[in-house]
Amino acid sequence: MTQAMTGAKMVVQALKDQGVEVVFGYPGGAVLPIYDEIFQQNEIRHILVRHEQGAVHAAEGYARSTGKPGVVLVTSGPGATNAVTGITDALLDSIPLVVLTGQVPTFMVGNDAFQEADTVGITRPCTKHNWLVKETDKLAEILHQAFHVATTGRPGPVLIDIPKDVQFATGTYTEPRRAKVDHYRPRLKGDMEAITRLVEAMETAERPIFYTGGGVINSGDAASQLLRELVDATGFPVTSTLMGLGAYPASGKNWLGMLGMHGLYEANLAMHDCDLMINIGARFDDRITGRVADFSPHSVKAHIDIDPSSINKTIRADIPIIGDVAHVLEDVVRLWKSRGRKVNKTAHAKWWARIEEWKKIDCLKYEPSGTIIKPQYALQRLEALTKGRDRYICTEVGQHQMWAAQFLGFEAPKRWMTSGGLGTMGYGFPASIGVQLAHPEALVINVAGEGSWLMNMQEMGTAVQYHLPVKQFILNNERLGMVRQWQTLLHGGRYSHSWSEALPDFVKLAEAFGAKGIQCTDPADLDDAIMDMIAYDGPVLFDCLVEKHENCFPMIPSGEPHNKMLLGNASTDDAIGASGAVLV
Amino acid sequence: MAALNIEKGTSRHSAYDLRDPNAETIETHTLAVLVDNEAGVLARVIGLFSGRGYNIDSLTVAEVDHEGHTSRITIVTTGTAAVIEQIKAQLGRIVPVHEVHDLTTEGPSVERELALFKVAGKGEKRVEAMRLADIFRANVVDSTLESFVFEITGTPGKIDAFADLMRPLGLREMARTGVAALSRGA
Repeated sequence: MTQAMTGAKMVVQALKDQGVEVVFGYPGGAVLPIYDEIFQQNEIRHILVRHEQGAVHAAEGYARSTGKPGVVLVTSGPGATNAVTGITDALLDSIPLVVLTGQVPTFMVGNDAFQEADTVGITRPCTKHNWLVKETDKLAEILHQAFHVATTGRPGPVLIDIPKDVQFATGTYTEPRRAKVDHYRPRLKGDMEAITRLVEAMETAERPIFYTGGGVINSGDAASQLLRELVDATGFPVTSTLMGLGAYPASGKNWLGMLGMHGLYEANLAMHDCDLMINIGARFDDRITGRVADFSPHSVKAHIDIDPSSINKTIRADIPIIGDVAHVLEDVVRLWKSRGRKVNKTAHAKWWARIEEWKKIDCLKYEPSGTIIKPQYALQRLEALTKGRDRYICTEVGQHQMWAAQFLGFEAPKRWMTSGGLGTMGYGFPASIGVQLAHPEALVINVAGEGSWLMNMQEMGTAVQYHLPVKQFILNNERLGMVRQWQTLLHGGRYSHSWSEALPDFVKLAEAFGAKGIQCTDPADLDDAIMDMIAYDGPVLFDCLVEKHENCFPMIPSGEPHNKMLLGNASTDDAIGASGAVLV
Repeated sequence: MAALNIEKGTSRHSAYDLRDPNAETIETHTLAVLVDNEAGVLARVIGLFSGRGYNIDSLTVAEVDHEGHTSRITIVTTGTAAVIEQIKAQLGRIVPVHEVHDLTTEGPSVERELALFKVAGKGEKRVEAMRLADIFRANVVDSTLESFVFEITGTPGKIDAFADLMRPLGLREMARTGVAALSRGA
């Protein structure tokens, strides 16, 4: 049965047919027909944000905490350009999003019309794919294709630019099952010969390690289950990137903690000294590898990734396996079991003994204080007081983000939302809104710095409007802490524009929005204050005044290999050489 | 440690041609990219090259299947083996790209380019230009008493050689199509 309807109605119909429950958006001239259709139905919930960047990050938070694509609806011109940061963030972190933008009518495109921007041109390099729809008859099929592309293979953001006349015109609706999507079918199953070589290597390896990433989480819950099964059965140590936290539980006995620039000492040294590295859904990001030439020099490297362009991009893979993590791990587990569950137990005992020695360094140790709240202490208390709850954590970007990754433990996937690849300050607050919408009963906390938080503070209006009890836990050091840390290490302590002057009174700010504000300055009051925050049924802005000059350790200075790590008590003056300075 | 029995840097049965990662030799490769002929597809390909800092020596594009709306983009590019490998993987990632063929590594291929040369001159130079055009099997597609437009087809090297000869004989303008290429055999 074919159905004739307007383009605007098609948009809403296609979203319903794709199972969309929530749309994050902001109206404007070029999307008014779609907003009119949204007004006339109740199945899809629209969340009005306060800035289009907030809409995209909220959709990312929704997507990352549910595994479903996030949907964004914004107007042409500035609506679209404001969304660009969020779209790029989603591209770098492989988050499935469908972004719908209004466009000026087709006959005005290219005319420098009011609120016209070349949206498909601007977003071509920051989307997985994008479309400018010129005919209403093609709109429905493109919408279905968009969901397919966003969620298939390596996920990512897609954008559909819909001119206003296409929204008004009537066309024929295409149902999802009739939409042509066959051409984009990335390969899921890994090559069995490569998988066999990996299993052979696992059987004989003396110093193996699993290095897991966001791909495990993107692959779905089955991938995390298979990873846990494989890690526990083989007894190999496991570390994860920032993006992959929660795929293997932090309480698991083989867990080494996060690796990378601010990763744990034991995780980085194990990566450096291993003889078999099994990369599962990670991409050898420069925050992970440090100096590429000295990266894990003695290991055979296996790399499982669904995106062929990730393989051999920076680090040569000895055993490349292109496929979906869950599909590949299923084959690995089955094959390893059928060959007799062999591992080199004697060698592993020695390997673990070395790892235990590294753990004794206690790399997260910091100097406690009875008078000032140390940021690490604040997170330890937050962890202790929220552990075991139905908890989701978002972060902004900077020192607080790294401390959160170090001090909070994640037991399950999809519980940790952070801007990894793009490093977008202003991500966490709107992301927490998206998470809370998807999980209304859960405790959703955004660990923030005062600098990042101010970048999208307008979304407090959204949180209050929709009664979303998101907890904004700001580690306020009145500094752009990570910038300041780098200036200490790299720029002779010349703190160029890295402090926050004229900060608002966060308690009054919260109250002005109709939310609750809490300020805490004394470590002795911290537990009670955190419990007040958790107990309050509504959004809370928690202004935690912390030590202003704390640095985040361990740290691998840029341009150094994993075994040249700086620890907390190390001398940090001018620790980064001139060649490292250019690596950010 | 016990040997893991895997020769490093090789890829038996892998989807990739893994060569010496440290080879800094710059290679020239001709890639044939089959794409859906939809709006913006060429911009995606070109944007990939500029965005990731790859080189384009030559690029041609035209629809080759009008019913299927598929176009063939032929790109001549240069880079280390690792860069060429990455270019192919990145091209393959573009949603409307159906196939990426490296004609340089996939066996023998033929490459042809078409060029038009405007050569102006009188007397002996004009006669010499005509004589050389004959040797290169160039056709005269326009003529006045003082000028010729030659049409020449061949490898880029042959066209370069013809250009070198025409320069002292009054070469005014030149237009080249860029390389079109196909693998040999069925």
